[in-house]
Amino acid sequence: MSLISTILFFPLFGVLILLFVPNWKTQLIRRIALNTSLLTFLISLLLWIEFDNSTARFQFFETFSGLPSNGTSIGGFSFSGFNFLFGIDGISLFFIILTTFLIPICILVSWTSIQTYVKEYCIAFLVLESLLIAVFSVLDLLLFYVFFESVLIPMFIIIGVWGSRERKIRAAYQFFLYTLLGSVFMLLAILLIYFQTGTTDLEILYCSNWSETRQIFLWLAFFASFAVKVPMVPVHIWLPEAHVEAPTAGSVILAGILLKLGTYGFLRFSIPLFPFATFYFTPLIYTLSILAIVYTSLTTLRQIDLKKIIAYSSVAHMNFVTLGLFSLNTQGIEGSILLMVSHGLVSPALFLCIGILYDRHKTRLLRYYAGCGRTMPLFALLFVFFTMANISLPGTSSFIGEFLVFVGTYQNNSFIAMLAATGMVLGAAYGLWLCNRLVYGVIKPHFINEWCDITRREFWMLLPFVISILWIGIYPEPFLDALHCSVSNLISHGM
Amino acid sequence: MYLLIILLPLLGSFFSGLFGRFVGFRGAVLLTTSGVLLSFFLSCVAFYEVALQGSSCTIELSPWFVSELFDATWGFYFDSLTVVMLIVITSISSLVHIYSIGYMGQDPHLPRFMCYLSIFTFFMLMLVTADNFIQMFFGWEGVGLASYLLINFWFTRLQASKASIKAMLVNRVGDFGLALGIMAIFSVFKTLDFSTVFALSPYLADTQIVFCNLEFHALTCICLLLFVGAVGKSAQLGLHTWLPDAMEGPTPVSALIHAATMVTAGVFMIARCSPLFEYAPKALLVVSFLGAMTCFFAATTGLVQNDLKRVIAYSTASQLGYMVFVCGLSHYSVGVFHLMNHAFFKALLFLSAGSVIHALADEQDMRKMGGVVQLLPFTYAMMCIGSFALVGFPFLTGFYSKDVILEVAYARYTLSGNFAYLLGSICVLFTSYYSFRLLFLTFLAPTATFKSSLKTVHDAPFIMAFPLMLLALGSIFVGYLARDMMIGLGTPFWSNALFVLPKNSVLLESEFIPQTQKFLPLISTGAGAALAYIFNISQVWASYRLKMTNAGKNLYRFLNKRWFFDKVYNDFISENALKFGYTISFKTLDKGSFEILGPSGIAHSFINMGQYISRLQSGLVYHYAVVMLLGIVILITVISLWEFLEILLDNRFYFVYLISFLFYNYYSIKKTHSVDG
Repeated sequence: MSLISTILFFPLFGVLILLFVPNWKTQLIRRIALNTSLLTFLISLLLWIEFDNSTARFQFFETFSGLPSNGTSIGGFSFSGFNFLFGIDGISLFFIILTTFLIPICILVSWTSIQTYVKEYCIAFLVLESLLIAVFSVLDLLLFYVFFESVLIPMFIIIGVWGSRERKIRAAYQFFLYTLLGSVFMLLAILLIYFQTGTTDLEILYCSNWSETRQIFLWLAFFASFAVKVPMVPVHIWLPEAHVEAPTAGSVILAGILLKLGTYGFLRFSIPLFPFATFYFTPLIYTLSILAIVYTSLTTLRQIDLKKIIAYSSVAHMNFVTLGLFSLNTQGIEGSILLMVSHGLVSPALFLCIGILYDRHKTRLLRYYAGCGRTMPLFALLFVFFTMANISLPGTSSFIGEFLVFVGTYQNNSFIAMLAATGMVLGAAYGLWLCNRLVYGVIKPHFINEWCDITRREFWMLLPFVISILWIGIYPEPFLDALHCSVSNLISHGM
Repeated sequence: MYLLIILLPLLGSFFSGLFGRFVGFRGAVLLTTSGVLLSFFLSCVAFYEVALQGSSCTIELSPWFVSELFDATWGFYFDSLTVVMLIVITSISSLVHIYSIGYMGQDPHLPRFMCYLSIFTFFMLMLVTADNFIQMFFGWEGVGLASYLLINFWFTRLQASKASIKAMLVNRVGDFGLALGIMAIFSVFKTLDFSTVFALSPYLADTQIVFCNLEFHALTCICLLLFVGAVGKSAQLGLHTWLPDAMEGPTPVSALIHAATMVTAGVFMIARCSPLFEYAPKALLVVSFLGAMTCFFAATTGLVQNDLKRVIAYSTASQLGYMVFVCGLSHYSVGVFHLMNHAFFKALLFLSAGSVIHALADEQDMRKMGGVVQLLPFTYAMMCIGSFALVGFPFLTGFYSKDVILEVAYARYTLSGNFAYLLGSICVLFTSYYSFRLLFLTFLAPTATFKSSLKTVHDAPFIMAFPLMLLALGSIFVGYLARDMMIGLGTPFWSNALFVLPKNSVLLESEFIPQTQKFLPLISTGAGAALAYIFNISQVWASYRLKMTNAGKNLYRFLNKRWFFDKVYNDFISENALKFGYTISFKTLDKGSFEILGPSGIAHSFINMGQYISRLQSGLVYHYAVVMLLGIVILITVISLWEFLEILLDNRFYFVYLISFLFYNYYSIKKTHSVDG
């Protein structure tokens, strides 16, 4: 059993154990889930340690024969070489580590706040972890689709069951509707690809060619699916809803990992498979991204729900990522990968902070809050830090990503870079406004009457975020080193 | 040793900030102050080695982030410009640290305050020692952060909170320009290393670049973008609005950040990038014009402000205008020289103002002061020295740089030079007026202070007086001592740090301008002082009557409301942006069109369509027959007229339709509202 399959199956192993633990032993269940996910995280670090930075090839290669590989005929179509292929390169490495990093946090954050269906909750997260790792490591187009979609199921349950209000059903419905609608097109595209090439093996597909019209068509179909996940502008409205209704851990996973599925899809499939269409649609992506950056930043300024503020700012940041991806040069793509990782740290951290507030005061409306710095100094410090990371102050991880994205975009189109840079100003506007409203000011004792600073559990939960944000901000070389080969291969391959 | 200069304040800040609870007040104060003091002594050594012995020094620490050609490094570069800034920053910072021990001694958050001061010092040192643009940007944004935190130090006050957001946001607009400038530099030079960029600039002086789809002269474009950053940080006209509001912070902060160091970062940056600016004459033109305009604007506004600290703040902006326009006239050394001098006397002014405010129970309005000269003789003396240095009284520090600035401007004989000279000399009068008005109103006019606060008035305790004394010494002697070294003719002091094209240098010519021009500043100063005396002490009624005339009222309001800059920004920019954020992008798009086109629209239309179609299932044969007939007719029509219908399938039509739908929705909502109303 190689490393990648160990990581893949370890959470499922934990699920297996959990199945045999009685429902009422909640503490034991939580401990098992936490330990499983922590161990998975440790093992996933081995991936990084053993990762070979000097090659762009897929590493830790693993195949499981799903179906007999020689010409089985099912319903007239002969499936040849239809295998479970797993492997990672520099692009997917950090997403896997990010996933395994966030899942223990998710279990920790709901240590006390989730009291119903604890076992199901833990199982949902562990299954989700497995599926996410599979999405990021699978090298087969069809299987990617399968995992990509099946991620929805645990997420749907997490929002629908452990969400906070009645509106959660509507949010879960929206979430499902949007994602599924986009994915239908992707499935059709995958079928088309299969009928043309006779395989869905990604490595073979990388060497195939499509006519220009077909590329455009296929690219649009993929785009329909990925744009929803990013989310790009016309189809972004599910995100604030889903975030607001999801439990804290759900928001963490949603912002931390699920949003990256879309951009990862662009990076893994759209750009290398359809280089012509990618060029063709770059203006579209630029327009949508700029619209999203400016519009959602301005929208954020007028939100009063804490989670919605962070959710809308996530939209803006993810559109920086798409901007960088489609700048199609090394700086832009490496920057956007780093920005994704950074956003996967900063945004969950902010959601955790809001979860901490919600656990104490049971409201997410900004109007009720003020002067948290007075009663919760440690919380205030962390919140200000994360806000500064969110507005990408140099020295934090977002800066590295964002600046590289800017540099990449600028070389392509300085006008777009200028428009995108307004996002820097607007981002500061809502970030500081939120921070000042929440942390500073005179305390409102009518509403805020729990005087508890963050607990030891919460502190240890947030500290890893602080450390990693600073680490990437000050010395991101270990991250970038792993990216260089894969990214330059991606560019030279496609172009 | 060189790295220690930068590291010590960071360490002090780290320990007092995160472990303030354990080290206590005394520990925090001791850690931070000794850190900065040590850093000051080390900078003196560095000054000796680098500036006096002429051995500049580069330290490459490690790569920061590298991506293809883009390489940002953690590297430090010490040349004369850097070490001059080092001396200024660390000396003022140490004195402010010491002063704060007394000034903020009663504050329960003293460790936090010391932590912020030290972290500010650290970022400022990073800014000036950087050897590439990205690291400079790191320091640049870092000082913005420190300034935000320090303005907001008394965070329960709403004004402080607002001012802090404003400061960071307006600075961010400047940073937006700076970031674009850095990107432009990268796209032209393919590196961000100072030495490489500056060495290459003569060779790329004729390059054109495309920026925003228009073709520009590369260096002009770059320099203008960089200058936007300087405008933000150095509070030049347009992005100056944050500086007066930043006075909400504690006074030591105003002295350190908003007078001596951070606001001069823009001037430093222009001086640092002198090899770029020199090859971009149009950019220099803009720089000098904007600097002169700032100088004039801030001085006029300062004339009628009533808040003690705001007057000094506008004076700072005005002095920054002097520095910027002299940089725009290619005399960076004079700009940096004035920067250094200004740091000393402005810090002195602010700290003495702090002493007054401290003595009068935190009263800042000058109209409620007066007559405290007998009670605060020491502070008065210090304030006097500061003011005299500021107005350029002969042989005090300000005199040596300010007069040179004006002479240089006069000797340029160009449009920008004349413009700058004109505004600059008028400002001498204004400077003198508001400085003496400040002195008169605060110390000499009949008292208008509350009795309760007069009872507890006390002059500065030793711990606050000591820094004042040192700064007073600086305000008297620094100009005289450093003049020949820094701006003397043919001085080798700057070596490679500042670059001036020979054709742009007029230091020699400025020695030969008419004698009357040389005396003019002195006469203006005297006149300003006399006017201040007449209006504020001897003929107060006359000034009141003048103010009550219609023109006087309007002028007073115009100046007092700061030329309505804030109002215009608030009403036309912020208000509209916020309104847009709610009505258009949230209500009309997210909760309007996208919602209707998206989930709720689909849900509703499916239900409606289902009901509609179910009505067709009537069970009557002739209904079905009609439907079939219709279907066939349409099919045949489409097939036969395909050539014609194809035109309608043009993608652009969908776009038009989509856009019109989005806005139709918005206006229809509006219309129904107005009908209701």
